[in-house]
Amino acid sequence: MSDWIRPRHLPEALEILATAPGPYRVISGGTDLMVECHLAPERRPESWLDISGLRELQGLQITEEGIRIGAATSLEAIRRHAEVVAHWPMLAASAAVTGAPPIQNRATLGGNVCNASPAADNAPTLLAYGARLEIVHHHGSRWLPYGDFHLGYRKTALQPGELLSALWIPYPPKHSRGYFRKVGTRAAQAIAKVSIAALIEVNSDGIIQSAHFGMASVAATPCALPSVSQYLLGRALCDIADMQVRQKVKQDIAPIQDIRSTTAYRLEIASRLVLEAIHKRSESKKEN
Amino acid sequence: MSLTLVKQRTDQQTASPRRVDGVAKIRGTALYVDDLPCADVLHGATVRTTAAGGTLQEVVFDPAIDWSEFVVVTARDIPGMNAVKLLENDQVVLVDRAFRHAGEAVVLLAHADPEKLGMALKGVSLVELPNTAPIFDIDAALAAQQEIIPGNIYTDYLLDRGDVAEGEHLADVVIEERFLTPSQEQLYIEPQGMLAHLQKDGSILVEGSMQCPYYVLDALVQCMGMDKDHLRVVQSTTGGAFGGKEDYPSVIACHAALLALKAGGRSVKLVYERGEDLRVTPKRHPSRTLISLGANKAGELQFIDMDFAIDGGAYRTLSPVVLSRGVIHAPGPYKCPHIRVRGRAVATNHPPFGAFRGFGAPQSIFAMEVAMDRLARKLAMDPAELRRINLLRTGDVNPTGDVVGADCFAHATLDVALEHTHYYQRLAEYRAWNAAGHQTRKGIGLATFAHGAGFTGNGELHLASRVSLQALANGHVEILCSNTEMGQGAATTLVQIAADALGLPMDRVHLAQADTSRVPNSGPTVASRTCMVVGELIQKAAGQLLQRLRETAELAAPHDAQSFAAACARLCAVAGDTLVTAQYQPPTDMRWDEQAFLGRAYASYAWAAYIAEVEVDVLTLETRVLDFTAVQEIGDAVHPVIVQGQIEGGVAQGIGYALYEDVLWNERGVMANDRLTNYIIPTSADLGFMHVVLLEGGLGAGPKGAKGVGELPMDGPAPAIVNAIQQALDIDICQIPVKPEMLLELTMSRGN
Amino acid sequence: MSTTMRINGKAFQSSSAPNARLLDVLRNECDLKGTKEGCGEGECGACAVLVNGRLVNSCLVPLGQMERAEITTVEGLPEDSALAQAFVQCGATQCGICTPGMMLAATALLAEYANPTLEEIRWGLSGNLCRCTGYGRIYAAIAQVAGGFADV
Repeated sequence: MSDWIRPRHLPEALEILATAPGPYRVISGGTDLMVECHLAPERRPESWLDISGLRELQGLQITEEGIRIGAATSLEAIRRHAEVVAHWPMLAASAAVTGAPPIQNRATLGGNVCNASPAADNAPTLLAYGARLEIVHHHGSRWLPYGDFHLGYRKTALQPGELLSALWIPYPPKHSRGYFRKVGTRAAQAIAKVSIAALIEVNSDGIIQSAHFGMASVAATPCALPSVSQYLLGRALCDIADMQVRQKVKQDIAPIQDIRSTTAYRLEIASRLVLEAIHKRSESKKEN
Repeated sequence: MSLTLVKQRTDQQTASPRRVDGVAKIRGTALYVDDLPCADVLHGATVRTTAAGGTLQEVVFDPAIDWSEFVVVTARDIPGMNAVKLLENDQVVLVDRAFRHAGEAVVLLAHADPEKLGMALKGVSLVELPNTAPIFDIDAALAAQQEIIPGNIYTDYLLDRGDVAEGEHLADVVIEERFLTPSQEQLYIEPQGMLAHLQKDGSILVEGSMQCPYYVLDALVQCMGMDKDHLRVVQSTTGGAFGGKEDYPSVIACHAALLALKAGGRSVKLVYERGEDLRVTPKRHPSRTLISLGANKAGELQFIDMDFAIDGGAYRTLSPVVLSRGVIHAPGPYKCPHIRVRGRAVATNHPPFGAFRGFGAPQSIFAMEVAMDRLARKLAMDPAELRRINLLRTGDVNPTGDVVGADCFAHATLDVALEHTHYYQRLAEYRAWNAAGHQTRKGIGLATFAHGAGFTGNGELHLASRVSLQALANGHVEILCSNTEMGQGAATTLVQIAADALGLPMDRVHLAQADTSRVPNSGPTVASRTCMVVGELIQKAAGQLLQRLRETAELAAPHDAQSFAAACARLCAVAGDTLVTAQYQPPTDMRWDEQAFLGRAYASYAWAAYIAEVEVDVLTLETRVLDFTAVQEIGDAVHPVIVQGQIEGGVAQGIGYALYEDVLWNERGVMANDRLTNYIIPTSADLGFMHVVLLEGGLGAGPKGAKGVGELPMDGPAPAIVNAIQQALDIDICQIPVKPEMLLELTMSRGN
Repeated sequence: MSTTMRINGKAFQSSSAPNARLLDVLRNECDLKGTKEGCGEGECGACAVLVNGRLVNSCLVPLGQMERAEITTVEGLPEDSALAQAFVQCGATQCGICTPGMMLAATALLAEYANPTLEEIRWGLSGNLCRCTGYGRIYAAIAQVAGGFADV
């Protein structure tokens, strides 16, 4: 008989995690974990910590600096949230293309991050917006830039006893524009072949003030594009050499060939999407 | 042919009665195999070979497991012949020693607890001496030193009419090309499964998901070594099949029956999980076609020369029949004096390939229709115009040397399709769009084709199908036949045909469950033969029943439901025979030489012109089907809504075949993308509305001139879509699915 | 440990393990066989049910999270609703194995948009695979209930 604990509040959950760290598997929406259990029943965890009922991990709160999203908030709630749609449209967009409605009704933003798939649908958005993670432990909490969270293939910075409690996303800079695109195996219920989110701030002289990228399915982890960002910083839009950008993209990503796509496709499309993000004039979607 | 001679359907919904199985399916009360009530059931599981062929040395059972808790079946437990009954007895029911592919069944286990069963499955290990040089490719099989069977060829056919050398001499323009098509999974949403019970009298009952109950019965007779009277096969509600449940249910039924025989009277349920279903059950044959076409300057075809080869997998199964259909349909609905099609089904170490909607024709039609566009381009001619020049008309000689009769609507379907889509206007619009440097490129492409309904040539004669009608005392009539409802609407269509012929409302007619202890063998539910061939038999039986009621029970003419019921009651009261049976009689004008591929291959062909409009994203090379128009001449639409659903559903599978669906193989020849997250079929987000235009010439061999509908929707979409993409991007495509990765390679290599 | 929920309006208590799939509880304990298993990994939607009014894949829902939940399966839908009639009339069901999930997806969709656009319908059904229909007849059935498409 498996052990299933449904703590009443966060401190109780943290105490359980701290006192019995290893064996408890944290579950929220279950859309990844239940698949794993089905495909590999012999590896099914014996002890579960069900955090789906914790109020502290639910909901979205607007602050002066940005938005705080409880880790166990469903993607459905996120993609419909008026403030998210207004100020973080890329997040609304990435939540809306995660799986399909029955998945979004269950899957949580924190789960998407902690499952740590290199193809995580919301990871590029969170990287581009410069999200920070609120990580809690029985003994206290810490903040971690999301960019420092993924340490390797399916490896995260979460320590034993720690729980991701919330994600905090700052307002985008005033003159920034976003670009989000997921290239999947099909239009819904798709795993990304390549996906990108970019947030680029350009001043009135056409100089790039900041450029943040997030990509998925192009490396062992979701990744930012530090070389591309550095190249763009302080450069005039009209001064960008596409070949240089392509070079930098190549430095920043390490796509593989797998069942869903090829290295060549991922590399080329990643470059094209980065260039598109840079040159695209507005946030408006594809022309018709 | 002028358009006005063909009836165009406009009254879809009003002419369509409610589906007889609709309410149970909508309420969720229809019982599929996994839903059948069954107390104290054991669950079955299968231990399978892991190497791509070889020799089984030993089966080792983990001593830590108490095997006495389990029912264990190996080849030694087979009371009858260890061979799956099909065209040839080359495939074993359970591997004893030699095997040819990974995934062949070796040991069967059953236990009441699925969890324990899962663990026990891992407690059986096979010591295999693997085949060192497995073959997974068609041309490799043809060239290989290693032989799976002699020459690695199951069947070698030749359609050879006229003289291709002469045609080459007459041709001004010639194209040559090599085309590849992949395997395709049927992906019925209900996985395969069977439930077997050993009855107290020693007989065995097998229920499950299937197309062909009598195929399953014949397989059980052979494997169980029992006579037909001690075996009973019942079809449960079948959640999609598309050909995928034509031959493999026989294997699962034998496995379930073998387990039940040793289970001490407890029922055994063997339902596959999705992954197992994907890895081991048959799929569409991969193909490789070398094609050469020649035409004179006017665009008239002078010769068609094709070398068409399909991968049959490790056993013969249905490959010769699939190949035959592929060969016959290869040259398309065109007139051409010199035609040569060589067809070969080759042996590889893949699991055997099998039936899937279209049955060999989608592969060869793909090659022919894309080649036609190549030829058009070389002739600097519009592809529609090239087809108009060559499409068959009444009086022409078709590719198998048969003179085409009045039942020919190739031109009508093309004309309607061009008009319906405003083809020439669209063509111009898309050219302008593509020249304007937008983020996308657009194209419009077509395919014209025909598909023969029913078994090829003398096939129906060999089947000698029988259908019975049983009049009940309350004035209701039961249809007794072995044809199955699997979603395609057969239950409704057959009831409708019977009710119509009997002059009764539909609620007085019922289709009996396909149960071999009750229904006669009316042949398999395949090849779009049900409505046309079985429907015709039902009509005949209805005539016999009416005649009997008139002669022996004073049924007046005309009658209504009430007077019909009174006559039935009278017939029953005098203990008269209330059962009538009709048997298939071949048409007198059917002459078919199956060696030479000459003569009349099918009682009827249905005709079609499909047009695809596509948009390709320049950045990512993803393709979207903007619009799809299917114009199809089907004789008579017995139930227009069902027909429309058949066509739309088939087109969706065809769009999948063209753009998404690709069976990938691991190094042992097993499907690598064996999950629904990796084998990509279109979702509703990928598919918009389709336009279906039905033409009804009324000249088919079925009731009121109906003919088979269901295969064509699989034949046309892939070539139409590929032709549209080629036009949009100005490239040559030789292979499906057209994934963005392939388009990137093609566009990059062009230096664009 | 047991879990108490309401299924199709009736209280139900399950003593299955909390990590059991809701799908198995519905099928095996409640004998609600209208909920189907097509893939076991949340891709096909044949096992879709409504939990507190929201469409979910019951193969991905652990029983332990269903305490006090309100669950609707196909058996809990009104039998002769306009939607049910439209599904039959328009040819929205063929083999029927996806139909219970589709009915629930359509119910959830219509609860949210009384008058959906074709795009909204296509998106709303995108977690439910159908291999028979190509979806066209299902779009038509939903549009018939809604009095036409909002955008076509």
